[in-house]
Order: sequence, then structure tokens, then C-alpha cells
Amino acid sequence: MSLQQIIFLVVAAATVGSAIMVVASRHLIHAALWLVATLFSVAVIYTLLNAGFLAVVQVVIYIGAIAILFIFAVMLTRRDMRDTGPQHNRNWWLGALIGLVTFAGLFSVLFFSSAFNKTPAPLPAGYDAVSLLGDALVSPNAYVLPFEVASVLLLAALVGAVYVAFNRK
Amino acid sequence: MVPLTWYVVLSAALFSIGLFGVLSRRNAIAILLGVELMLNAVNVNLAAFWRYGSDLTKMTGQVFAIIVFAVAAAEVAVGLALVISVYRRHNTVIADEIDLLKW
Repeated sequence: MSLQQIIFLVVAAATVGSAIMVVASRHLIHAALWLVATLFSVAVIYTLLNAGFLAVVQVVIYIGAIAILFIFAVMLTRRDMRDTGPQHNRNWWLGALIGLVTFAGLFSVLFFSSAFNKTPAPLPAGYDAVSLLGDALVSPNAYVLPFEVASVLLLAALVGAVYVAFNRK
Repeated sequence: MVPLTWYVVLSAALFSIGLFGVLSRRNAIAILLGVELMLNAVNVNLAAFWRYGSDLTKMTGQVFAIIVFAVAAAEVAVGLALVISVYRRHNTVIADEIDLLKW
């Protein structure tokens, strides 16, 4: 077992463990902090996949913006920070069953299929993923249109969020 | 090297945990936390398929992942604004108690 595989297994265990804590944690603020741990582990997974730009974007956008937004929302929607009552609804066992069945189905397809049992091609010499990604995002015969549409979507979503959350009183 | 199977199995586990969170949590903010886990599982898949694809000069997987980042940011902003708005009007964030449209 190579060093990379050991690192992957450790990070994967951290990812899955903290993800379970996100859905099982009683206090919502703890769940949000466990989400930060999950997002950070996923950033390490991106680094293992040689997707350095995605790892940085993960830390900056997900941890720096989205997780903080969650923590602010938890703060704004609780009069006291303690959660009372059960955190899962009556049919939580049905949700657990559906989650388990989904995982078992995906696992049986993915694990026993030979199509996924491959190793990556080595990176070519002088390979620069970030400049290729930048080219792909602004090149007219690649992805400039989805890129611009995404910016319009973000603008519309932020204007809508400000309008919906605005306190008229 | 790590086989592709490991990445997709990790992603499946993350997706199933997020699905459980979405289906079983009572708090609306906790449901959105589950949605975030599912989106991250999709992104792990996209990055893994990019790395294990035949042509590394095609950046489609990473571009898709970045679009998913943008959509996730928009979704969280609108979702949390809705939760805060509902909390102002009905004084609750429990999904079962927000039943105005339920007959």
C-alpha cells in the first residue's frame, strides 16, 4: 500500500466521520462546525487529485463564505443557542433506510464494475492545470457562456436573498 | 496510486449521508447542511473523473465543479434568506411546523 493510498484512507475516514457528525449532531452550531471539517477534508481530497485550484476555491468559498453564512443563520434563528426537542423527525429510520439502500446500491454498482478500476495517467511534464482551466473558462469555443450565466445567476440569487431577508419594519 | 473506485465509493458514502440528513432532520438549516454534503459528493466525483479521464488537457470536469460551486453559493444564500424570513414571520425553523401550504 503506497503512501498516497494511506493518506487517502485517513482523509476519507475523516470526511465520512465528520459528515456523520454533521447529520447526527444535536447542536446545530456543532453540526455547522463539523461541516467545516468535512469541507476541509474534501479540499485535501482535491489536492490528492492534483486539482489544486479546486482545493483553494473549496477553502475560500465553502469554508470562508458558505460555512460562515450557516453559522450566522444559526445565530439569527435561535433565541438561545441550545436546541430543544428531538433533532430528527419521526420517520428518521425511513431516511436512514433510504440512505443505506442508496449507498448499498451505488457501492454494488461501483465496486464490482471493472470500468472504475483504473489508475490515473501520470501528469505530463510542465503540465499547468490552472492556466488550462483559465483558458477553458474564458475561451469562446469552451465554457465562456456557462461562466457568464453563472455570474448572472449569482447576482440574481444575491439580490433575491437580500430582498427576501430584508426586514421591512 | 489510488484506484478510481475508492473516490467514487467515498463520494457515494458522502452522498448517502447527506441524503439521510435531508430526509431526517427537523431543522430547516440542518436540511441545507445535508444538501451541502450531497453537492460536495458530486464535486468529488467530477474532480476524480477529470483526473482519471483520458485527456488531461480537457478541463471539463473542473469547469463543471466550479459551476457547481457557484450554484451551491447561490442556493445557500437564497435558502438561508428564506429560513430567516420564515423565522421572522412564524418564529420557527422546524420544517414540520412550516405547514401553511399543507391542507
